[in-house]
Formats: sequence, C-alpha cells, structure tokens
Amino acid sequence: MDRKIRILVAKPGLDGHDRGAKVMARAFRDDGMEVVYTGLRQTPEQIVQAAIQEDVDVVAMSILSGAHNHLFPRVTELLAAKGVDDVLVVGGGVIPEDDYEFLKSKGVAAIFGPGTPTKTTIDFIRANLKRK
Amino acid sequence: MSAKQAGAAPPRPEPRGEQPELARRVVSGEARAVARLISGLEDGDPAAAAALAALRGSRGRAHVVGVTGPPGSGKSTLCDKMIAELRGRGLRVGILAVDPSSPFSGGAILGDRLRMQRHALDEGVFIRSLASRGRLGGLSRATAAAARALEAAGYDWVIVETVGVGQSEVEIVKMADTVVLVSVPGLGDDIQVIKAGVMEIGDVFVVNKADREGADRVVREIRGMLEMAAGLAWARAEAAHHGPAPGSAAGSVAGPGAGGLPELPLDAEGHPVLPPILKTVAETGEGCAGLVDAVIEHRRRASESGALASRRLEAARAEMRSLIAYRLLDLLEGERGRGVEDSLARAVASGDQDPYSAAEELLAALSKGAIA
Repeated sequence: MDRKIRILVAKPGLDGHDRGAKVMARAFRDDGMEVVYTGLRQTPEQIVQAAIQEDVDVVAMSILSGAHNHLFPRVTELLAAKGVDDVLVVGGGVIPEDDYEFLKSKGVAAIFGPGTPTKTTIDFIRANLKRK
Repeated sequence: MSAKQAGAAPPRPEPRGEQPELARRVVSGEARAVARLISGLEDGDPAAAAALAALRGSRGRAHVVGVTGPPGSGKSTLCDKMIAELRGRGLRVGILAVDPSSPFSGGAILGDRLRMQRHALDEGVFIRSLASRGRLGGLSRATAAAARALEAAGYDWVIVETVGVGQSEVEIVKMADTVVLVSVPGLGDDIQVIKAGVMEIGDVFVVNKADREGADRVVREIRGMLEMAAGLAWARAEAAHHGPAPGSAAGSVAGPGAGGLPELPLDAEGHPVLPPILKTVAETGEGCAGLVDAVIEHRRRASESGALASRRLEAARAEMRSLIAYRLLDLLEGERGRGVEDSLARAVASGDQDPYSAAEELLAALSKGAIA
C-alpha cells in the first residue's frame, strides 16, 4: 500500500502575496507530495474544512500580514475542536522570531521564515508526520 | 486466502446487518469519515474496500455528472456555479476534481478546489481533489469508487471534474450518467470538432467563455457535427426498419459511432435527439442555471428510454475490468510477482524468449495462483 503525503497549502488572512506559497507548493509537488492549493484570503474555518474534506496529512500556511498570532492558533483550535489530532501544522512567511515560541505552544509545529531552503521544510515535514 | 488460514474454517463474511464502523459513519454523512474512506480507496486499503462493500445499498441514488474539456476551459468555475445553482434548489452536492500527477515526481498540484472554495463551509457540499496517479484517461484509479462513497453519504449530485483533456481522454463516459463537454472559442477549426474521441462523448455541450469572439462559430461547428450524426442515426433507424437504402453498404452506416460521430439517443418516434449546445460565461454565472436544467433533462430522458440503465451496466462492467487490471498489476508488483516477471523480462530482453509466450507464461502463473 503506497500512501502519498497530502498537504494543504493555504493563505489565511487578507494579504495578497502568494509567491512564497506557490514556490512551496511546487517544491512539495517536486518532492512527490499531493498539494491542495486553496488560494488567497482563506478564513481559518475554510482552511479547516478543506483540510478535513481533503484528508490531508499536513496544513502549511503562509502569512505576510502580521495576523499570524491570531490566525494560526485559530486553525489549530478549530482542528482540535473537530477532533482532528493527526494533522501536522506548519507556518511560514514574514513572522518575527519572537513569536515562534508562542505559535509552537499553540500547536504550530514549526515556522519557516524567508530564505529557508525548501529542503529544510520538506525534511521537517517528512520527519514529523503524525499519520503513518 | 493466505496460506496460514488453510485448514482452518473458511473465513465468514461479517454477520448480516453489521456494518464496519467506517461505513456507518459515512452513511451518517460525517465528513471526516467520507474523506478517510476516499483516501483508503485511493491507497488500495482493504478496509476501505470492505466499507464500500457495506455501502452498496445506496447505488443509483445520486446523479453522477462528468464535466470534461480542455485545460483552462473553465471547468472548475462552471462547477462552482453549478454547485451554487444546485444548492439554491436544495440539493446536496459532492465534487471530485481530478488533476494530473507528475510523471516524474509523482506529486501533484490540485488547484481545482481554489475556484470552489467559497462553498467550503456549506455542509451540503463536499469537495475532494484527486490526483490522477499515473492514469491517463482523465480520471484517477479510485474516482468511480470515490463517487460511490459520496453517493452513500447522501449527496444528490456527484460532479466529477476530469483532468483537462485533449482529444482522447474519454474514461468519464464509463462512469457518468451525464457528460458535460466544455469547449471554448479559439481552439481550432471545424476539423477538430469532427475528430473521433472526446467530441463524441458529450450529452450536453457547453461553449464557455461565450462572451469571447468566435463563440457562435464554435456553437455552429458543434451543431454541424451533431447534425451529421443525426443524419447517420436517421439512416440507421431507416435501415433497421426497411433494410439498407439502395446503394448504401450495409454496416457502414449502421456501425456504432460511424464516422467518428456520437451515437445519438432516439425519441419515441425513432427520431434522433440532438444534445443541447449551451453558451455559458462561468465567470459571471451566465447560462449556468440552464446548464443544470439541461443535465436534469438529459437524465430524465435517459432514465425513461432505458439508456441510463444500460449505461450503468456498462459502467459496472468497466469498473470491474479496471479493478481486475489493477489487481493483476498489484500482483505483478508484489515480491513474488516481480521475481517471476524479472526472469521472464530478462529472457525477452536477451532475445531468448518472445514477449508473447512470456506474457502467456506470466498469465498462466497468475491464474494458477503461483503469484499471490
């Protein structure tokens, strides 16, 4: 039985900058993952519903607007509320390092800032999947 | 049956009336269970197959609608508008959107959902993206099974959006009750329209982006193609009544799909019925209510004429055959299969054996159960 890694790439919040998300989507694809791309301006509710219907292993969110401390924890809370405990959540974008600890405490497994090699992110995901 | 069970009592099916837990949750419409079942079907998980078996009672409930057409023709946006229209009519909608897998990495970008994401929070809509995973007919291996899962979960319509197709990806016709074929202006001249393949499978034709120049020409070309088919259908019906017309070679007209043209349904008087050709602008929603009406009308006619029943029979046949084909491939790719295959492949490659007899030998090994 061959299980593909399925990953949701989402842009929560109001910023319209998705170059980074698209670069990551391609990198995941080239690594053999199935990438569901939901596009810009997604609410946490939409992201969680998509993650459930698409049955993804990973939710990867990118944000550049500064609302990460509100939106990322909202996604992890909603996932937990729906009983989804086997999805790895990671984040990226422009996020001050001072906020990393807070986000980790809220269930975001890792934050990948600008300039992170795509391989670093991919290796982290492969090593930390919650679902086997 | 595995070797270790030999000698023991044969395994019994589950007691009657008891469903696997997953199947029960699917029937209750639980989104996570539906999603998990579809994943299991995609991955070839035996537990998923068992759950699907327990769901068989719901077969035939849903209207399965295929939406196919070239890349960029607006299939996803049309689906988005059809969802809105169907929801307005109180119907629950499941969507299976297939996008291609990379032949190199095996990965995929599944981007159809992007156009439909406004329905994400609607409990009456379930959207699932599927990667084609190497299959070339416009669908993925598990698409038909996934449609059954959505049907069992109580969705009234299951819309299957194929991979963006070229000329020959026609698998959708083997699983859909109604096929919507989407064209757009600017893709080529009328020769493209009369070629065999995709143009033959539409039950409802849509010319999308109809606000663009050339839309009316595409409509005329499709109509011309369909009228030719209607002429042939006429001749066929006449030949059936009166024998072949003088001077015409019997069979050349009567053959199915003669001349690379669709076989048209006949009305009560035996006259061919031309499929509708609709103009839409998916971006604005123009024409999309009419599209839903046309699909419903197609299903009504097909149901009355018995065409739907025979189509579903063919679909069942196609699905079984494809399961057999995949089962054989899985056997070959298993450890023992690979061993037998390798030695035969070496013999063929070195010229010691011909591929025909090697294939026969492999098939014989499979049917004797030597590979399992």
